[in-house]
Formats: sequence, C-alpha cells, structure tokens
Amino acid sequence: MTSTRPLTGTRQSQAIPLLSLSGITKSFSNIVANSNIKLSLNHGEIHALLGENGAGKSTLVKIIYGLISADSGEMYISNTKYRPKNPKDARKNRIGMVFQHFSLFNAMNVYENIAVGLDDSFSELDLRYRIIDLSKKYGLPLNPNDVVGNLSAGQQQRIEIVRCLLQSPKLLIMDEPTSVLNPMEIEQLFNTLRKLASEGTSILYISHKLNEVKELCNRATVLRGGKVIRTCNIKDYSTAEIAELMVGNSVKATVRTNKIFGETLLKIQNLYQDSEDPYGISIKNLNLEIKSGQILGIGGVSGNGQEELMTALSGELKPKKGKILFNGSLINSLNSEERRSLGIFSAPEERLGHAACPDMTLSDNVLITCSKTANLTKYGFIQKDLTKNLAQNIISKFDVRTKDFSSLASSLSGGNLQKFVVGRELLQNPKLLVINQPTWGVDAAAANFIRQAIINLAEAGTAVIIISQDLDELLEVSDDFTALVSGRISNPRPVGDLGLKDIGEMMSGTLLDD
Amino acid sequence: MDISSIDPVILIASLMVSSTSILLAATGELIVEKSGVLNLGVEGMMIIGAICGFIICVEFKSPFLGLIGSALGGALLSMIFAAVTQFLRANQVASGLALTLFGLGLASLLGHSYTGIKPPYLPKPNIPLLSDIPIVGKMLFQHDVVVYFSIVSVVAAWFLFQKTKLGLIVKAVGENQESAHALGYNVIRTRVIAILVGGSFAGLAGGYLSLVRVPQWTEGMTAGAGWIALALVVFSGWKPLRLIIGAYIFGGFTILQLNLQAIGIELSVALLSMTPYIVTIIALVLISSGKGRVGTSTPGSLGKVFMKVR
Repeated sequence: MTSTRPLTGTRQSQAIPLLSLSGITKSFSNIVANSNIKLSLNHGEIHALLGENGAGKSTLVKIIYGLISADSGEMYISNTKYRPKNPKDARKNRIGMVFQHFSLFNAMNVYENIAVGLDDSFSELDLRYRIIDLSKKYGLPLNPNDVVGNLSAGQQQRIEIVRCLLQSPKLLIMDEPTSVLNPMEIEQLFNTLRKLASEGTSILYISHKLNEVKELCNRATVLRGGKVIRTCNIKDYSTAEIAELMVGNSVKATVRTNKIFGETLLKIQNLYQDSEDPYGISIKNLNLEIKSGQILGIGGVSGNGQEELMTALSGELKPKKGKILFNGSLINSLNSEERRSLGIFSAPEERLGHAACPDMTLSDNVLITCSKTANLTKYGFIQKDLTKNLAQNIISKFDVRTKDFSSLASSLSGGNLQKFVVGRELLQNPKLLVINQPTWGVDAAAANFIRQAIINLAEAGTAVIIISQDLDELLEVSDDFTALVSGRISNPRPVGDLGLKDIGEMMSGTLLDD
Repeated sequence: MDISSIDPVILIASLMVSSTSILLAATGELIVEKSGVLNLGVEGMMIIGAICGFIICVEFKSPFLGLIGSALGGALLSMIFAAVTQFLRANQVASGLALTLFGLGLASLLGHSYTGIKPPYLPKPNIPLLSDIPIVGKMLFQHDVVVYFSIVSVVAAWFLFQKTKLGLIVKAVGENQESAHALGYNVIRTRVIAILVGGSFAGLAGGYLSLVRVPQWTEGMTAGAGWIALALVVFSGWKPLRLIIGAYIFGGFTILQLNLQAIGIELSVALLSMTPYIVTIIALVLISSGKGRVGTSTPGSLGKVFMKVR
C-alpha cells in the first residue's frame, strides 16, 4: 500500500541468529498444533510467519512467549538455551509480544495499562515521561491519562507496542497487527516497524495478508497443518505462489454471471441508534438504500458502529430515531422473528452466544431461528425430522466438519461454526441478507465457498449487505462500497469506480462532513 | 415527644460505632470484587466471624484475641468458597448463597452453649489531647480501635488501588482476566488471596458485632448487614472512599430511627426501621448516577469463571 522501499534486514545479519528453534512439537489432546518446527531469526530482520487459520502460527508464538510450553524441541537465544516458563521469562530475555486480541483493560487509563505490564519497579512520574517520549519517537502519540475503552483500535495497539518498547526488546512478536487498522494506520505502523528494525530489533510478523508481508518483510516461514512448508526470501516469490504454499492448492476466484438490480428493497432514513456498550459507538444520521440483487459492502474497522447497525437491521433493538423501510413499509417496530418472516435474515459477528446458542445442538439452533420460515413446527409441536434434515443439509452443503446435527454448537471450531451459521441463513432464501464478517476465522477454500454462495444468492435476486473488516473480500464480492466510521457512513459508490485513494479516504472518515 | 432530647454529639458518636461493621465487610467485599470475584457469602462469613470471635474471647478472656479469631474464622470459611469457585470452577452466585446458608447454620450450632454470656469488654484507647477537645473529642476521639481501623482500611484500600502496583494487578485481574493471564499474572492465585482478605474483613465485621457493638451472642445477629455491605459495594461504584459515605448514612439513620422510637414519635415502627435501608439506597443511587455510572465501573470480569485455555 505504500511505496516506501522495504528494508534489507540481512545487511545486519550476523553469524549467530538472535533466535533459533528446532524440533518444536506441541499437541493438544488429539490435534498436533506444531510438528517439528525449525525457525531462525536474524538481528534486525522482519520475518513473516505465514499460514491459514489453524496452521499453528499462534501456538508457535505462544511457545516463544512462554504462554504455553512445547512438548519437545529446543529454543536458543544468541546460542544460549532458552526455556521460558511464563511470559515474564520471555520479557526477561527481551522478547515482547503484541497480541491480536489486545491484552488491555478498558476501564483503566493508558498509564495504568502500561504500568501493569511492566516487570521492573518504576516511579509513576518517570514512567509517564518515558511513555510520552517513546511514543513520540516512534510516531505513536499517546496520552497517559486517556481511558483505554474510549480509544480507537489503532490507538489501543499503540499502547501495546509502547508497552513492549519500554522493555527495549530484541525481538518483537506481532500477531496479526493490521487486522483492526485502517489503511492510514497500517502505513504508520509499518513506518514504526521499519524504524525499529533499522535499530536492530528483530520482528516476527504473523499475518495471512500477503500484500502486506511482501511490502514489509525480508524472509517468510510458511506453516501449514502445523508443519513448516518452506522458509524463503519473500522477494523471490509472487503473491500467488506464496498463497499456494499456504493453502496447499490454488484457490479459484469467485464468479458473478449476472448483475440485474431490481426495485429498491431496503431504505434507511436518518437512522440513529445508541450503543449498548458503554465504550461503543452510536449510529448517527445514517442513510442507505439497497436494491434486490445488489451486494453492498460496508467496510471499516469493527467497533465503529458495526454492531449497532447490525442490531438495528436485525430487529434486536428498536432504532432510537429515523426510519427503516422494507418494500416501502415501515418496519422499525418489528422484532427479529417478525423480520425473518418478511425475509430479512441476519448473521451477527459473534458466533457463540449471538448467532448460535453454545450449549444447544446444531438442530436445536436451526429450530430456534428457522421455525417459522422453514415450517419446522406444526400446531406448536416440533417437526423433529424436518429440523434434523435441515441441519444435516446445512452441514453437508457447507462442508461443516462435525459429527452430525446432534453436536453442540460450542464443540465446533470457530471456522466450522461460521460455515454453519452462514449456511443456515443462506438456505432460507432471504430477500435481504445482512451478514457481519462472513468469512471471519475460516480457511481460504471455505471463505471462497461462502463468498460464491453469497454471490449466487444475489444473482437470484437477494439484496445482501456485507459488513466486513476484510477490504479485499469486500472489493471482490460487492457491487457498491461504503465505510462505516465513527457511527457514520459515506455515500456508497460502485466498486469499479474506486481507487485505493478513494477507499482510504472513505475508511478514515475524511469524506464525512458535518 | 421532644426532638431536642436527641443529643447530636451522642448521635454522631454512636453512628460511627453502628456503621463500623458494615464498613469493614464492604471494604473486604470491594477488594474481592475488584479482583473479579462475586462473593455473596458476606453474611455467612460475618456470622461465623461473630461466633468464632465470641467463643475465643470468652474462652481466653481476651477481646483482642477474639477479634483476631473472628477474622481467622471468616477467612477459614472463605477458603471453602475459594476452593469451590477457583479450583473447582463452580458458579459464584450459587456458591456464595450456599456459603451464607452454611455459615448461618454452622454459627447456630457452634454458638448453642454461648447464648446469654457476657464477653469481657474491649478497652478503649486513651487518645490524649484530641479526646479532650469539647464536642469533637467526644464525637470522634473516644472510640475503640476497630472504629479507627475500619476508616484506616478504607483509605488503605483506596491507596492500594490508586497508587500501588499490587492494586493495579488486582484491578487488572478483575477487569479482564484473559489479558491479565496473557501478561503473565496468576489470575487464580490473585483471586484466592483477595477472597481470603475479604473473608477476614467480613469475619472481623461479625466479631465487632458480637464483641463490641451488642455485645453478646444471639442467633442470626448479623440481621442482613452482610447484604447491605454487598449493596454498598455496588452503589459505591467500586470506589472505596464512597463506602464511608454509604456506611455512615446507613448507620446514621439506624441510630436516628432508634432515637426517634425512644422518644415516641408517632410513626409506625415498621416504617421507621425501613428508613436506613431506603435512604442508603436512594443516596447511593444518586451518587452513582450520571458521570461514572455503575455500568462503566463494574469490574469487567466480575463473576466470570477463569479457565486457562491453550
């Protein structure tokens, strides 16, 4: 995304690598998460750790950071044996880690969040100065008194990074750092990382976004199924080649055969929706229109009103102000059951507890959402066979890896449950489908399948609203694109007309005027 | 009926005494809840503290040993709660309620042969100069040590959470258990210690009732004070200094309504005995509404079971 020249970290490399792993193996009950992993990191190198979800990246870095211990294998730091019992040991060896899901405390301020993560003793005033100093030096401005819950995801990540930098790490582990950032924040982060690398800090960069990795990293280690597939110089490979290494086979692109838009199906006028979360963002004056057969992609970092828009559309909460019109009639006061019977279906982001009841079987989960639309009850009695068949149907059509319809929702892995939830909504022949993060946590092949299923639905005349943080996905699938930033939305525009600059502006909210 | 027969000096002096027990229990529970644990067994720990302290005081003829015994009794009972909720991962609400029922029952059993006995008095410290100040001296400086200890412990709790690393860790564990674990803090150990501290405070609160405030042993003598302490913690928005306000309003109205009954005010006794509860709740709701709402100050992981994953 930026044109800055990637650093050649190898220029600093010395004979002895900073960190080297050999034969690292770890299994959980019956799954082998890491098998005989070999990895070495040079000083001042930005090294990518690539792989699909479930490839074992997170397990490996958790072993390095001392959160879990390996079953076998050895680790060395500058040729001395390294065996961390807990993260404190790792930090003593000057290894820092920035988590994908921040380990921050919302109700506490920036200073407290940083202080609680430091092992050494310090004086409050001194630490405050060092936070301000360090954050300025690396272009990560922070105010120690801000309450974390009120900050954006990008600002929260800065706290994590500054917390690591205060311990002057030799190795910084970054777990999917860009998944919550907008394009401008990503560029800022990359500049910081390059500066750190040029000062001799090694960075282990975990990602599945190949463009970023190609831009930032020197070498890459690709994991698949818990094994190292290859370690390579990233410049010698094309993105497609690396993708193939990660997935194991090539993924074909989605196809759209027709684009016929019908009448305007859903119209939102001046919608206001308050957030239920004390640190959430409320929806302000939102206007939107969607025709049947159209796919509208709503981008933006989660936590900018995505959840609130979702609850307003699904009928979970009544809008505070404004109108939601479906086929010309006002549906503000209809609850989700009533909206479902009109043909409005939704798949919220949080799979367990929101989109599915964790402690109920898959067939019961089908029953509670589709009892009316799929006629699963008769005179108030459950049609057991119909329900089971429908659940089994979803399982086989969407390749949900589980025993059968009697499995508990909570027993499925994130990706599999995701396929089940999406499949359940897609099979109801919705008139309008609202879907939040449709491919979150699923592997590339399954993600592709879900995207194609969404496209097929639109071709058959369904209007689809996709809310997603995955920009590439939105640009691939949607007809029109807009971004939800700070609870406000810019005018949707056809995807074909958009340049990267336009998207960047939409996603940072600069197009919104008051 | 003559309102002027109520002496404000004595009123304030006795409200401090009557609030002390609730204040102690609430301070302990606040520490527990800050660590993310909801222990509804305060009432049970208080009554166990009351009887343990009483027995030790009578047997050893030492009120000081009695107070220490009451704290140990409360801590011992809270260990059951800690074991059940932290190591066996049981539901905290159910376990807490069970702890209260168990504590009340066990206390009656233990205290069977101790009804009607008078325990030795806890001597009051003589504070020179300050206690001789007219009015203020009698109001504030002629109390027993536990009254002062309760105030000091509230301030200490405030200092702990505002100024120390230890307090920061406890807050972190209660705010987001997964993050605290990821940073390398031992969530379970922190919580077990907090539960024990909370238990000793509740025990001491009970001991103060049976050894100083009443002083004798009667079954069910805590009479819901543990529940009021729990409510105080919530309405104080988990802020230690506000506990003093809440506890003193409650204590004040308890004493006031007793005085009003004594001078024969023409209002039903039932209504009068209700006032401390109602006034306390209204006052605290007013304090906790608006900025710094309860919703945002509740420890994020309160009542959640912690399980290490992967």
